Amino acid sequence: MRGISLTWLSVIVLIPLAAVVAKSFEEGPAAFWDAISEPEAWAAIKLTVISSLIIVAINAVMGTLIAWVLVRDEFRGKSIVNSLIDLPFALPTIVAGLTLLALYGADSPIGLEAAYTKAAVVMALLFVTLPFVVRAVQPVLLEVDQEMEEAAASLGAPNHRIFRSILLPNLTPAIIAGCALAFARAIGEFGSLVLLTGNIPFDTQVASVYIFGRIESDNVTGAAAVSVLLLLISVAILFALNLFGRWRSRHERG
Amino acid sequence: MSAASRLQRFGLRGIALFYLTALLVVPVGIIFWKTFEDGIGPPLEAITSPEGLHAFWLTILCVGIAVPLNTIFGVLTALVLVRHKFRGKAVINSLIDLPFAVSPVVIGLALILIWGQDGWFGGFLEDAGFQVIYAVPGMILATIFVSLPFVVREVMPVLQEIGTDQEQAAETLGASPRQTFWKVTLPAIRWGVAYGVVLATARALGEFGAVSVVSGKIGGQTETLPIFVENEYTNFNLAGAYAAAIVLAILALAVLFSMNMLQRRARKSEDSGDDGDETPVTTGVFVPHPIEKEA
Amino acid sequence: MAIEVKDVTKRFGDFVALDDVSINVPDGGLTALLGPSGSGKSTLLRVIAGLEEPDEGQVLISGEDSTETRVQDRNVGFVFQHYAAFKHMTVFNNIAFGLKIRGEGNGEIKERVRQLIELVHLKGFENRFPNQLSGGQRQRMALARALAVEPRVLLLDEPFGALDAKVRQELRTWLRRLHDEVHVTTIFVTHDQEEAMEVAEQIIVMNDGRIEQSGGPRDLYEHPASEFVMSFVGPAHRLGTEWVRPHDVEIRHEPNGQTIEALVDRIVHLGFEVRVELTLQDGDHFSVQLTRDQVDELELKEGQIVFVRPRQTKTFASA
Repeated sequence: MRGISLTWLSVIVLIPLAAVVAKSFEEGPAAFWDAISEPEAWAAIKLTVISSLIIVAINAVMGTLIAWVLVRDEFRGKSIVNSLIDLPFALPTIVAGLTLLALYGADSPIGLEAAYTKAAVVMALLFVTLPFVVRAVQPVLLEVDQEMEEAAASLGAPNHRIFRSILLPNLTPAIIAGCALAFARAIGEFGSLVLLTGNIPFDTQVASVYIFGRIESDNVTGAAAVSVLLLLISVAILFALNLFGRWRSRHERG
Repeated sequence: MSAASRLQRFGLRGIALFYLTALLVVPVGIIFWKTFEDGIGPPLEAITSPEGLHAFWLTILCVGIAVPLNTIFGVLTALVLVRHKFRGKAVINSLIDLPFAVSPVVIGLALILIWGQDGWFGGFLEDAGFQVIYAVPGMILATIFVSLPFVVREVMPVLQEIGTDQEQAAETLGASPRQTFWKVTLPAIRWGVAYGVVLATARALGEFGAVSVVSGKIGGQTETLPIFVENEYTNFNLAGAYAAAIVLAILALAVLFSMNMLQRRARKSEDSGDDGDETPVTTGVFVPHPIEKEA
Repeated sequence: MAIEVKDVTKRFGDFVALDDVSINVPDGGLTALLGPSGSGKSTLLRVIAGLEEPDEGQVLISGEDSTETRVQDRNVGFVFQHYAAFKHMTVFNNIAFGLKIRGEGNGEIKERVRQLIELVHLKGFENRFPNQLSGGQRQRMALARALAVEPRVLLLDEPFGALDAKVRQELRTWLRRLHDEVHVTTIFVTHDQEEAMEVAEQIIVMNDGRIEQSGGPRDLYEHPASEFVMSFVGPAHRLGTEWVRPHDVEIRHEPNGQTIEALVDRIVHLGFEVRVELTLQDGDHFSVQLTRDQVDELELKEGQIVFVRPRQTKTFASA
């Protein structure tokens, strides 16, 4: 049984990705470096990473806030709102891009024409990464011992202090986990950006679109090189998260 | 409650709801509006065109193959990871999470490198007359790749939760491993499986990037519904693009609805004392569980 | 009066947790709120603390109406059944928390925490985290934390409920001694009548959201005001319409006009005490508590017919 699992995983996932890594170094490390430092590639990578970092910061705050409202507040229609959070995941990315384009594109009904700008990149990424931090924080907030907050209040702590000193330290691992996943998702995002941003090189072209362009123009090695760079950044983030999670749980057993 | 904390509460609620409305509700609402701006005629025509219908059925085909395969694999792998002891579990766990971490375009590239004309396996296959890339098989492979983790990740915690007690009881009563699996294990994890299937289906339906790369986007041949949306838009057939988008959006809402239903059904059977039925992990839905499992 | 509760009612939806409750707690006293689950005792404690708002009535602390005051401003120390330790902070920082809120200087904080750590016998544990402490140690830390801010009143919600019997016993004694040293008005909630009797100076018995009786331990035991108090505080048996304590019953071999006939079912030796289980003529079961010597003197055997005479009984007006 173990064998079947391993075979399936290898054939579907491991071997194809290994091929990408192999291809990227096919023409030697110098060619690899050239491929990723090529001005258009570099511009795309920079845009991708910076935008992703921006949305992570926004999600850290808004995601926690939304999770808070969903767990601690009560109002009519709350369960509908709760279900809506998963919409960015159920909705195909191309449709997400189309809807944002309809709203912020040429004949914008609200007069906000932000398509084909860097802001559009951030908007699309915010849309697709919305659920990550929210869903990471919600279960932790549900489990947290509210008596700790009551104890802090009985000792005189005002509400904002209770949040800062008692709640936040207990939520931080979950927030970071959600942020890391949002980041990994954001740097690879493609479908929602393809229509919305206009993919203007050196301006609104993200790394994934650049890679797509390289594949179409048959520069597969170049595409592979930038892909490997993106993979490395992703893996580095997830690995750091893993380490942090383990350090945290060793630090705070039971 | 003091006036200050009441204000705080409303303030936070207001910000959250405003953000969600601006980011989610309004854009999706716009789509419905724009689609039927000129009546139901144009979108209906576009979607029932030969190309539109072909895109629709091709999507269904890809999903119909990828999801069942990943369900079987998912249950198997979950059992292996939870019930067996061996070294290298961390590796398998990370592999399972890779489809989450990798850009769809990179996935497409990887598949081309393996199954394409000059690919590791593709070369042999094409010589034998079996084309994978720029053909339907490649698209199915891409769909399998991206929807791989969901069933595994939903079933694993459920398996851990129910433990081996029931299975051991079945063994003492004389059940064979196969009987135990079909009569005890599978029923106990059914909600986790169902939930994972719904998530995998949603992901498979919406897949765009990887399939774009491996398909060549040839209209009428290798065009799934999401690709149809893009092609229509770039060819200035807005009605067609919106129509297909609506179909996908409705499917997405159906997915959300089934998720909700499943959670409620699972919770009800839990309350009625049906031991062994565990509510699938609801929050953390599409979010892979952190990779810090026991190695 | 340190604490006065006047006509407080508290509802949770349709459920009435507190029904027109009034109590008085003297300054510097050690009071127990005693009652079964659901009697409202924890709710009452939380209302006094400000963690719950009453629907009707008033709470006065040191004579001031504190009904509308936030919990942050009431200066009450609260200790929870499951400790509510700040699990991401060291023992030192847990205890220092209230002082830091008040903006005390680092030097003062260090000194005060040191004193408290000694008081609760947690020396050497300052830099540990709560999950590295035993249950009893965690509770002592929680107490130190509550006392750090010199509260006007100390409230404990089933403080020893989550601990095992031996630790519970130790902490009971220790709480009593602590109160003798520190003299802060203390109210604690418990469902264990033995605990209340052992520790408290004043016991307030509650049932179904109402006060049944209030008084000293001996008072409650010897002069219970109702059936509920009689059977809850101390063992009690029904004999027709009367109630009697099992150790207030005499066993004789001969009837004498005041006795009731009974059959000895079982003689249970519990060390010094012996419980004699009997069945009465009408089928009811009854038990009497005797000393070992008394049993030997009477030469009691299982299966014997004997005659029981209650020395002291109580009757209560039917509710």
